[in-house]
Amino acid sequence: MITATHYVMLSLVLFSLGIIGVMMRRNFITVLMSLELIFNAVNINLIAFSFRLGDLSGQILAIFVITIAAAEAAIGLGLIIAFVRLKDTVALDQANTMGG
Amino acid sequence: MSFMDSIWLVPIFPLLGAAFNGLVSNRRGLSKTVTQTVALAGSGLAWLWGWAAIAQWYLTTDHHHAHVVTVFQWVNGGALRILDGSMADLTINASFQIDALSSVMVGFVTFVGFLIHLYSVGYMHDESDRAYARYFSYLNLFMFSMLVLVLGSNLLVLFVGWEGVGLCSYLLIGFYFEKDWCASAGKKAFVVNRIGDWGFLLAIFACFAVFGSLEFGSMFPQAAAHPESYASAATVIGLLLFVGAIGKSAQIPLFVWLPDAMAGPTPVSALIHAATMVTAGVYMAVRCNVFYRISPTAMLVVAIVGGLTAIFAATIGLVQNDIKKVLAYSTVSQLGYMFLGAGAGAFVAAIFHVVTHAFFKACLFLGSGSVIHACGGEQDMRKMGGLKKYMPTTYWTFLVATIAIAGIFPFAGFFSKDEILAKVFAAGYGDLNGYGGLYYLLWGMAVVGAVLTAFYMFRLVFMTFNGEFRGGEEAEHHLHESPWTMTLPLQILGVLSIIGGFMGFPGVLFGRPELNKIEQFLEPVILPLQWGGHDAAEHVEHAVHHVPLGLEWGLIGLSLAAAFVGIWVAYRFYMGTDAYQRPRLLAEKFPFLYKLLLNKYWVDEFYDATVVAGTKKLADLLWEFDARVVDGLVNGTRNATVGWSFLSGIFDLRVVDGAVNLVGRTYEVASINFRRLQVGFTQGYAMVMVFGAAILLVVFLVSF
Repeated sequence: MITATHYVMLSLVLFSLGIIGVMMRRNFITVLMSLELIFNAVNINLIAFSFRLGDLSGQILAIFVITIAAAEAAIGLGLIIAFVRLKDTVALDQANTMGG
Repeated sequence: MSFMDSIWLVPIFPLLGAAFNGLVSNRRGLSKTVTQTVALAGSGLAWLWGWAAIAQWYLTTDHHHAHVVTVFQWVNGGALRILDGSMADLTINASFQIDALSSVMVGFVTFVGFLIHLYSVGYMHDESDRAYARYFSYLNLFMFSMLVLVLGSNLLVLFVGWEGVGLCSYLLIGFYFEKDWCASAGKKAFVVNRIGDWGFLLAIFACFAVFGSLEFGSMFPQAAAHPESYASAATVIGLLLFVGAIGKSAQIPLFVWLPDAMAGPTPVSALIHAATMVTAGVYMAVRCNVFYRISPTAMLVVAIVGGLTAIFAATIGLVQNDIKKVLAYSTVSQLGYMFLGAGAGAFVAAIFHVVTHAFFKACLFLGSGSVIHACGGEQDMRKMGGLKKYMPTTYWTFLVATIAIAGIFPFAGFFSKDEILAKVFAAGYGDLNGYGGLYYLLWGMAVVGAVLTAFYMFRLVFMTFNGEFRGGEEAEHHLHESPWTMTLPLQILGVLSIIGGFMGFPGVLFGRPELNKIEQFLEPVILPLQWGGHDAAEHVEHAVHHVPLGLEWGLIGLSLAAAFVGIWVAYRFYMGTDAYQRPRLLAEKFPFLYKLLLNKYWVDEFYDATVVAGTKKLADLLWEFDARVVDGLVNGTRNATVGWSFLSGIFDLRVVDGAVNLVGRTYEVASINFRRLQVGFTQGYAMVMVFGAAILLVVFLVSF
């Protein structure tokens, strides 16, 4: 029997993978994809508890998150394009101009 | 074109001449021909235009009323509350008027002025072109000022002319300004005149405060209509005006500038310091006769000052050796006679004497100028003598003028001086204002003064023209008669000195008062006062009518006798084989008296010791006060400010700047440390965020 606990565990794994990806990967696109992982971990969590508690608002919230994620992806990709035009690379450690 | 309505052109002509000569001729150094043509045109046109205007006024009006021409509104001061509580409009016009008095003045001023311009052409011919232009510029400017003075129809326009003639007098006395004593003589005249002008100015203020107007045509009728209510005001105004007259007409105690004024060129002495400017005070007193007639006090003061000056100056004139100084003291003395006449209510006689005096004194001064010219600038009569045969025209005209001033019938001075003496006597006889005794005394002094006048004038003639020349061989060689431009004015003035007196023929002695033309002519100037029988001047006229005819003839005989006594003594002293013996003996017998007179009573020294030294002392004191107290205050303030700003600077540097720098320093130190956080590595920030969230989570979990 798959319980909410399993979903939460899955969500935790996905979230952790996302966090690690954001922190560790050098490729800007990969970092963006890791961010999507974090969003989706949250979504899984929301839907699992929505189901568990019989309250639809969690699922509605998940749809909002997907919407926001889409918008975020668009902005993120725009930033990447601008960054690539500036630096000719997608390596995030090149974005160090403001370093003190 | 109406001459009468464009009377303002009369002063404008000489003003244009002055402007041209002063601004163009003098700067460019134009030739003497140009300069003298312009100057003569300026004064000549003024003469012609002035006489034409007078003639037109006389023929086309009833010549009892002033014809006023307003050129423009000058002062527009708005409404002011005056002394009687009513409101008056302080509106003063630049306006000129022609009436009997101003036409007499304009008549002789323009005429004598033109003659003296003509004379100056000859006299000043040795000057450089530029000095010549400067001289004529001043002389024309003087004509302008004098004409403004006599034509002005209110006190302020009169005052403009009054100051203008004072300025020109100063400029012309100091004409040879490179000589120190000439420059200081000019300065002296200017400063002494300022004292008088102070009084005049106060009188103008008082007039406005009392009458609410400065127009002659409104003040005088107002005062004459209500003499009682203006009695005290008239005393104040009359005395203040007389202070002005004392300064301008060189009366005691302000006469000291006139003898020094002889430093100017001789034609200037003739025009300004004998014929015209110095008589401005008399003109003003006669113009304002209403005030004096209302106020017995003011009138008596005028008479006393005039009488004292007449005899005082005459005594100084007895022993002077400078030909021009004698004439200067004579002028002071004659001006004293004029004021004595005015002070006895004989205003017409005073103006009559002004006119005749202008003729004979101008002639005398021009004659002396001719003599000085011939003697190469020598003015000491002890180095002259016997000039009769070298310069006959000068001699004869000079002699005529001398007889005139001595008062011998039928020369001009006889009529005018006798008129004054008779009126003063009548004032005593008629007990004018209750001061009859004093007027008798003044009359006695005036008669003695007449003896002295005849004496010093004939002394001058005998010393200069008779006997032998005492100036040495070389100077004698240069003696010559002056050119026609100089002798023609002398001849004209000489003729006028002979016949000029008949305009004031004392017809009353023959029961025909209408023969006294000048008195008839000037009658409208003497406004009748409206206080039933107590007219101050009426006393005189009354008394004169009641001085018995025999006594009148006796007075005439007496004044003739006085003149002859003076001449006889002068003849005994300075003519014949033992000439100069008697005066020397007399001087040795009364050394103190002689020294007293020779040193002019030490009046100058007295003024130097008191007024001048006192003023200097006061100035020193004030300077000390200035240097110590005022400067001390200023310096103290400065030092306090410097000290305070020093302290303030320290505070600024340490405290304010310190605070500012501390803030800056704090941020600097903080930023040095904090900027290490800004590694610029994006994922580093993400890591910090994650670990921060993790710590918060732990804290959150632990706290539950």
